[in-house]
Amino acid sequence: MIRVEHIKKSFGDTEVLKGISFTFLKGKTNLIIGKSGAGKTVLLKLLVGLLKPTSGKIWYDDVDFTKLDQEAVRRIRMQVGMLFQGSALFDSMTVEENIRFPMDMFTKKTMKEKRKRVDYCLERVNLEGVNDRYPSETSGGMQKRVGIARAIVLEPKYLFCDEPNSGLDPKTSIVIDELIASITEENNITTVINTHDMNSVMEIGENIALLHDGHLAWEGSKEEVLKSGNELLHDFIFASPFLQKLKESAD
Amino acid sequence: MISKIFTDFGRFILWLPKVFAKPENLSMYWKEISRQMNDIGIGSFIIVFLIAIFIGAVTAVQFAYQMDGTLIPRYYIGYIVRDMTIIEMAPTISCLVLSGKVGSNIAAEIGGMRQKEHIDAMEIMGVNTAAYLVMPKIIAALVVIPLLVCMAAIVSILGAYLASVPTGMFTGGEFVQGLRSWFEGWNVFIMLVKSVVFAFILTSVACYQGYFVKGGSIELGKASTQAVVTGNILILVADYVIALVLTT
Repeated sequence: MIRVEHIKKSFGDTEVLKGISFTFLKGKTNLIIGKSGAGKTVLLKLLVGLLKPTSGKIWYDDVDFTKLDQEAVRRIRMQVGMLFQGSALFDSMTVEENIRFPMDMFTKKTMKEKRKRVDYCLERVNLEGVNDRYPSETSGGMQKRVGIARAIVLEPKYLFCDEPNSGLDPKTSIVIDELIASITEENNITTVINTHDMNSVMEIGENIALLHDGHLAWEGSKEEVLKSGNELLHDFIFASPFLQKLKESAD
Repeated sequence: MISKIFTDFGRFILWLPKVFAKPENLSMYWKEISRQMNDIGIGSFIIVFLIAIFIGAVTAVQFAYQMDGTLIPRYYIGYIVRDMTIIEMAPTISCLVLSGKVGSNIAAEIGGMRQKEHIDAMEIMGVNTAAYLVMPKIIAALVVIPLLVCMAAIVSILGAYLASVPTGMFTGGEFVQGLRSWFEGWNVFIMLVKSVVFAFILTSVACYQGYFVKGGSIELGKASTQAVVTGNILILVADYVIALVLTT
């Protein structure tokens, strides 16, 4: 479980996050949604410690993440996996070397054990047999899956995904969403996804935070989205004329 | 401008303890050091070799020209070429060239990693990126660049010989006599000190510029240029300081 309390973040005179409190639940896919510029990416970067909050607290279970020294932050980070928007795979390494990198760095496993784990992770993301390919030799969807495999290789307690569906076709997006949701459930981990993909919201949104202009505008689950009377939420979810017509016909 | 220089200097000093922090996994660092030694050393061998041979040749030809018609014995040319090469030409010119080649390469590599979120990805894994990405480059340079400079000194003297003896400017005997006259080991020590200091400057400045790059490809290009310009200026300043300290 991760909890943010009254979190604020400013860049110069611009206040991007204006006091957000929210709990990201363990074993659930937690979604941060909102329009561009709402503060989603800033919140995600605060959660993983790439940025420091101006004020407020971030709790990883019962540990105050904002009060930790560099060494303690590093220890927490070893329990964190992250999928980046652009996958952030190391170009000079093969798929296997990319996935193996965290193990090479932090574990004393033998090469045989590491290879076994790499194969398991690749199998888990339905991507067997690409071990020796370089990232440039794989498609966008494959790179995302390799990114997920690398993120889960050390069996993290917390998984963060920044726009996992960006640049992917709708079908591949669904595959990635389902993959993340099933990994979350299987391993009972806290997953936080930053997205503006409406399919993701309706498919895997178990615990959703809608950000608007640096504030938490709404929170709930995918089941509560349709029942909610929140205008900001409806403006956001049914932004496209197609979905609006669909909603009207459903009403 | 002045405040930026002080800001950068302060940030650089505060960044260094992070760079030289205890490695998470020695074997990974060793692997990276070996790779960097290959990139910096083998990758720069030909350019340093070519520059050294021509520096030696030009030095010999120009001194022969200036001494023509004077009462100074001709074997002095060998002596001057040797000491000039060892004290100044081999370490300084080689490192200025390496600052352009290796420095811009390092700044672009690390800056590219910053832009493609590779550094963020490593940070989130728990890797001390300042140490993992920078320390191996500095260590590799501190080992390999003095070796390149030694090679440059030898090749430069060889270049002087090839440019002057076969062309009949003076005899091989005169050149060798000059080379063997008034040799001082201290000069070789100065050369090694310079090469170590210059190696540290050119790699650490380039790593710093790449590591803290912000923005897009234009900023990356600027950082790469800045790495070379700042590296070269600092090398020349250090050259003067070392000359002052070790020769007076």
